[in-house]
Amino acid sequence: MGEGKVTTTPLHTVTMDDRLDQALATLDLPADWVGIRVQQGNHIQRSQRDGRPDANRHHRSLGAMVEVLVQGQLGYAATPDVTVAGLHRAAQAAFHQAQAAAPWRIHAFEPTIRPPVQGIYHSPVAQPLAQWDAATIHDRLHHICQGLKVSDPIVQTNAHINTQGINTWLATSNGSRVHQRFDFLTLHFGATAQDGPVVQTRNFNGPRAHCYQGGWEHLISGDALDAAVEQVGQQAVALLTATECPDITTTLVLAPDQMMLQIHESIGHPLELDRILGDERNYAGGSFVQPEDFGRLQYGSPLLNVTFDPTVGHEFASYSFDDTGAVADRQYLIRQGRLERGLGSHESQVRLGVPGVACARASSWNRPPIDRMANINVEPGETSFHDLIGTIPDGVYMEANRSWSIDDQRYKFQFGCEYARRIRDGQLAETLRNPNYRATTPQFWHSLVQVGDRATWQAFGTPFCGKGEPNQIIRVGHGAPVCAFANIEVFGGAG
Amino acid sequence: MKQTPSSPFETTFHQLTDALLPQLQGEESAKLTLTAEISQFTRFNRAKVRQTGQVTSGDIALTLMAQGRTVEATLPCTGDKATDWPLLFATLTDLRAELPALPEDPYQVLPTGDATSREVYRGTLLPPDQAVPQVLPALAGLDAAGLYAGGTAIRAYADSAGQRHWFETETFTLDYSLFTPDGQAVKGTYAGRAWEDAAYGESLTQAKHLLNQMSGPRKALARGQYRTYLAPAAVADLVNMLSWGGIGEAALRRSGSALGPLQRGDRPLSPLVHLTEDFSQGQTPRFNGYGELAPTTLPLIEAGRLVNTLVSARTAKEYGIPSTYAAAGEYLRSPLLAPGTLPSTDILTALDTGLYVSNLHYLNWSDRPQGRVTGMTRYACFWVERGQIIAPIENLRFDESLYNFWGANLEALTQDTTLIPEVGSYGYRDLGGTQVPGMLVRDFAYTL
Repeated sequence: MGEGKVTTTPLHTVTMDDRLDQALATLDLPADWVGIRVQQGNHIQRSQRDGRPDANRHHRSLGAMVEVLVQGQLGYAATPDVTVAGLHRAAQAAFHQAQAAAPWRIHAFEPTIRPPVQGIYHSPVAQPLAQWDAATIHDRLHHICQGLKVSDPIVQTNAHINTQGINTWLATSNGSRVHQRFDFLTLHFGATAQDGPVVQTRNFNGPRAHCYQGGWEHLISGDALDAAVEQVGQQAVALLTATECPDITTTLVLAPDQMMLQIHESIGHPLELDRILGDERNYAGGSFVQPEDFGRLQYGSPLLNVTFDPTVGHEFASYSFDDTGAVADRQYLIRQGRLERGLGSHESQVRLGVPGVACARASSWNRPPIDRMANINVEPGETSFHDLIGTIPDGVYMEANRSWSIDDQRYKFQFGCEYARRIRDGQLAETLRNPNYRATTPQFWHSLVQVGDRATWQAFGTPFCGKGEPNQIIRVGHGAPVCAFANIEVFGGAG
Repeated sequence: MKQTPSSPFETTFHQLTDALLPQLQGEESAKLTLTAEISQFTRFNRAKVRQTGQVTSGDIALTLMAQGRTVEATLPCTGDKATDWPLLFATLTDLRAELPALPEDPYQVLPTGDATSREVYRGTLLPPDQAVPQVLPALAGLDAAGLYAGGTAIRAYADSAGQRHWFETETFTLDYSLFTPDGQAVKGTYAGRAWEDAAYGESLTQAKHLLNQMSGPRKALARGQYRTYLAPAAVADLVNMLSWGGIGEAALRRSGSALGPLQRGDRPLSPLVHLTEDFSQGQTPRFNGYGELAPTTLPLIEAGRLVNTLVSARTAKEYGIPSTYAAAGEYLRSPLLAPGTLPSTDILTALDTGLYVSNLHYLNWSDRPQGRVTGMTRYACFWVERGQIIAPIENLRFDESLYNFWGANLEALTQDTTLIPEVGSYGYRDLGGTQVPGMLVRDFAYTL
């Protein structure tokens, strides 16, 4: 299913659609536009620590977000009561919200910010998540924990499998009818090793990086799983006696599991149009990117190609429509290093006058949609991993994020990784522990000197992108090849 | 004990509990928790409304335990028993069916005890349709961005041992930033249970005064170590890092806690450092997810010595040690960092030459087992010379060990403490805050 592409098909009537039709048809409200988005979810978390159960949790959610446009102002009301009467009460509340705020609106929005659309999207699933019962999942988790305990210095092992099914329905007064069904699978395991005061943790490509859309077909299994588990355990132990990462300015090579974080923090967030508009300034911050930079700014080296791509079937944040019904498609954000477009909804696009993408997303039914990343990917180049490393006389190769921090303009950052290797004379050499690096965003992306080929490209994701007021956590996906950056400040740990 | 219900959620929660418990079979134990809110959220940018709305949300969590096994399910709670009971009952049936397939949990914590509590704090909040007209006009002419969040927040607990707790509070937070034309900013926060226009005006006046001091050109500082005064909001961010692999017993036992060197006696902290869990102000519930009531105060660090850790009932069972009635995640719920002796009026004089840091941003451990934390300066941060504010600064990255800034490099804490309210709203509006003084530190390390 890794090559699967999302598709849209004609809408079929389902029960919730009928209810939303009825709610809209019987709603008596002098509004310019009304939209109802219902979300129903079933999230199951199972985990073990040291081979013993740590969590067996089901989280079932159901509720509606009703938005009403009055005098150019949107108001919203979120309710867990999805009866027709409950939706009407929420619509009334949203209407009053919009009416009270209209004199102080930031922009006079037209209903054109929510163009009518009809369609259905289903995650591509080969092996449905319902096929595995609790006992089967716990057997797998136990097997992983046992495998991680490679030797005595391992003081903690853990393994998690999360599955999630989400249905969303969108119905609007101007004719939109969208139903999307999503299935998600997340696998995580890791081991902590200790020798006196030295403590090192190694995870399977970093914390909760294996996030996919689809079913059990994405769960690593058999010999490949056993090899990955043993490697995580062995590397955690090896890090205890590894050399401290040196303080040097050198060529830095990042694996896709660290590129994920690098893309997210220093490309994704700064390109969000609501940050550039200032909406986010009181919380996560603004952006060093200015409105006039679109179409002009050389964001990085000519090797840098970045896409917004919600069409990669197995990637974590694929969809056909965002939470306002905007039709999602693949777009270049950065091509040959030059900035082309940002991450912004119809609302942000009309306010700022620059192109955006279908990225108005909400964490759940009880939050309004805001500008978000979805899948933001660095496109592969043509250099094999062997050739990429082979050209570097001296450098550091890093895997898997451990620490992350960046300023409110997305300019100065410092990131740390779980695991590193020194590169000497074109070869991966000794293991390094506590590897960190710091730079400014433009300097870093202009230092991109090599981009790995398709064989090095991997897609990961995270369920934990935080943003917005009120706060929202949302899932994103990031795919990237191995990349090399020249003259980066690298350093180690110690207090 | 008969009480007058305070909200539809309270009546329904008790009805659901009363309906559920008789359904338990054999040796089954169960607990129910409720998290709910009815909140107004108004987000503004450039002193205009960006998004505004109301959120009514409730989640009820059922935990079923039997034969050493545990399973939990969270369900939507509308506050209407006729809607919520069928789903809760069906869920009980589902969980009962799943339980035998699960492995046994040796650290299972069954409900015990007989603790009960009920705390209801009424507020005087802005009516939903008055939030915009009351907040926005005073911001006219300013470049202001922020969020007004206010309403009713509920946390509740009940179990098959008979423990029952209800905590309900009406609160608001107005968390905002004011900006100069060139993008420099100050942070303001006005929070409480009773909205008062005069108090809001005072908050704005203070923020505008600070903003005026941001009008000059920014001073770019070279990386290095600087004498630094960290205002209470910045100190609160540092204290709250201890919730993330710091003060929890589980983290100390097995995950490379930042306080490991302190516990082992490898690295000392200053005798000026006194950290306590203090529930005396009633900002957050004292009960936890096991139905236990925490003591009103629990000293954690006294005169730089680690005297208690946050121990949950589960960790206590695993290691055979006493619980300190912590939440399952062993995070700080109501921290108080004790004040010192530095009068607020003497801060700049005592700083003499160095950095005045109002806020920090995006903190993360850069080397947790060594207690090293990185982050950025943010908002009103100034270069000070001979006790005089000279200029706002270009924001700096710091990377520093708590064994330095709470160790030998800690010179003084202010006489007064400030409650820095929690303004977060992931899932639900956060409750409570962090009570801290400002602190004066020498040789604070800035790296970029």
